[in-house]
Amino acid sequence: MTPLTTFLTALDALNSNKLRSGLTLLGIIIGVTAVIALTAIGNGAQATITARIQSLGTNLLFVQPGATTSQFGFAGAAGSAASLTLEDSEALLDPVLASAVVDVAPETGTRTQVVFERENVNTQVLGITPAYLPVRAYEIEVGRSIDEADIARKAQVAILASETAEELFGLRDPVGHTIRIGSRPFEVVGLLKSKGASGFGTLDDRILVPITTAYYRLGAQRTAGGEITVQRISVQIATEDDSDAATEQISNILRLRHRITDEDDFTVTSQVETIETLEETTQTFVIFLGAIASIALLVGGIGIMNIMLVSVTERTREIGIRKAMGAKRRDILSQFLVEAILLSLTGGVIGVGLGYGFTHFFDDVELAGTALNMVFSNDIAIIATAVSGAIGLFFGIYPAMQAARLHPIEALRHE
Amino acid sequence: MQRAMPVISIQNVTKTYQMGRVRVQALRGVSLTVEHGEMLAVMGPSGSGKSTMMNIIGCLDVPTGGRYFLEGEDVRQMNDNQLASIRQGKIGFVFQTYNLLARATALANVEMPLMYGNGRNRRARALEALDRVGLSHRARHMPTELSGGEQQRVGIARALVKDPSILLADEPTGNLDTRSSDEIIAVIQRLNREEGLTIVLVTHENDIARHTNRIVSFRDGQVVDDAAVARPLKAGEHA
Repeated sequence: MTPLTTFLTALDALNSNKLRSGLTLLGIIIGVTAVIALTAIGNGAQATITARIQSLGTNLLFVQPGATTSQFGFAGAAGSAASLTLEDSEALLDPVLASAVVDVAPETGTRTQVVFERENVNTQVLGITPAYLPVRAYEIEVGRSIDEADIARKAQVAILASETAEELFGLRDPVGHTIRIGSRPFEVVGLLKSKGASGFGTLDDRILVPITTAYYRLGAQRTAGGEITVQRISVQIATEDDSDAATEQISNILRLRHRITDEDDFTVTSQVETIETLEETTQTFVIFLGAIASIALLVGGIGIMNIMLVSVTERTREIGIRKAMGAKRRDILSQFLVEAILLSLTGGVIGVGLGYGFTHFFDDVELAGTALNMVFSNDIAIIATAVSGAIGLFFGIYPAMQAARLHPIEALRHE
Repeated sequence: MQRAMPVISIQNVTKTYQMGRVRVQALRGVSLTVEHGEMLAVMGPSGSGKSTMMNIIGCLDVPTGGRYFLEGEDVRQMNDNQLASIRQGKIGFVFQTYNLLARATALANVEMPLMYGNGRNRRARALEALDRVGLSHRARHMPTELSGGEQQRVGIARALVKDPSILLADEPTGNLDTRSSDEIIAVIQRLNREEGLTIVLVTHENDIARHTNRIVSFRDGQVVDDAAVARPLKAGEHA
């Protein structure tokens, strides 16, 4: 039998029982569509997170106290060791020893109760310097930033991030009002523009105060020597490419200052590392979603096997007739195998088409407040089609062998 | 293949089935020779071994003992694939229940055996075979749209399409009324007399058997009688 006649015979057989073929097809279609759609969601989430982090600036390094203990490159129990001071931060602004460093923004913070009139929130109060806003890419929406004068006189002034402002003031303009942080009154001088959700926690729920105020008025930590300790120093570098050089320079300065000979008591992390770590994590998430969807595909494959077994039983007499007319085992085998593969491959192609449509239809659709980002992957589409074909082969081989093995006399007697 | 060689040469063939614990001897040493152009009837009551004989002649089954040569080829030594090739090339089956594929047109049914051979000019050869049984005008009809007699003629066309060495008809008129039955007998007789086709017909009806030239009678797995028919009946003629 030529491949073409085998193909046409199989097509004819599938065509003669449209409902059954359609339902079997549906199993594979759902499986493949699920694989395509779920991996698109996973890839979309990955792209969103990466984009968010990049929007914070890839030319950022973070210096935190404590040695690296976590495998993800974050400092273990950051802030547990009070080893970084405001002087350390200032020392990093050294055009000779730290040529790659453009600007530094130290911060220190606590979670505190903040009150305005009858509104009451528990939020993060960060002590900062004027460099914090440009380095962390915050912009002022209304009012002014914190300036050097505020730092010098330990002024009780505060800038609110958008979510915090909304919780305390609703739609009112907070600038000029007085809030209570702990038990002390602070004048709100500015309001930050929203940065949007970052995919893992918000950047819009915080209050910024001068670092000296945080230290002297809000009881932030101080060292044995009376220096102001900081929990984190954000370091801006010129470009992402300077990342390694800057890390090296920062480490050298801090080692000198801390007289370290063996293990560092601080950790420098770059945004690039953070992105890589997160991409690894989200890649696992994508694979996980794909694996779940693959179960649907597997069930579709079992559906094919089931229907092919029924078909072989129903068509036993036909098989007997064909064998009597001279069909060889491999003719019967290939006929049923081609039917199974044709079913699964057609299902695969339709599934990829539907998955593509689904991906584009739901891309940018608002779901529970956030826009769904879906990224269709050609690789996944090709793999899904190939796998669905392989599923037909795998689940079709047993029924096809059953058919091919039938003895012509017994098959002809079958009613 | 020389013409002098018999189409079928069966020597002392036995066939034993294992039915659970019981061994059933379906054939107990049968010898039979069929020459080119013969038309014979195989008769016998059910259980006489005539169906087993047909299956062996038709290469659907192989004998347990003895020898079977089909146009000089030793069938007993053949494997499944070789038997399938012999069936494809040399045997034309006609069944009592027609055994047409219900989903296919008459033409597609007749074409079907050619798919398993070299498969050239299938359409044209199938139409020609339908023409030989006088059914070319019904080529595009489905089996359910045809009468019993017409369906059996499609069955005969399907057997003819590959120009077989032998036509094996198992109770071809068993499901037909007298008129359709006469029709089929007429077609078979014409194929034998005008085209010289070798025909083996299995029947339990004496009336049908007497339309052939030779009657071989089976009983208990053995040939009990093998005689020429003195005056074969013409189609439509009844004893």
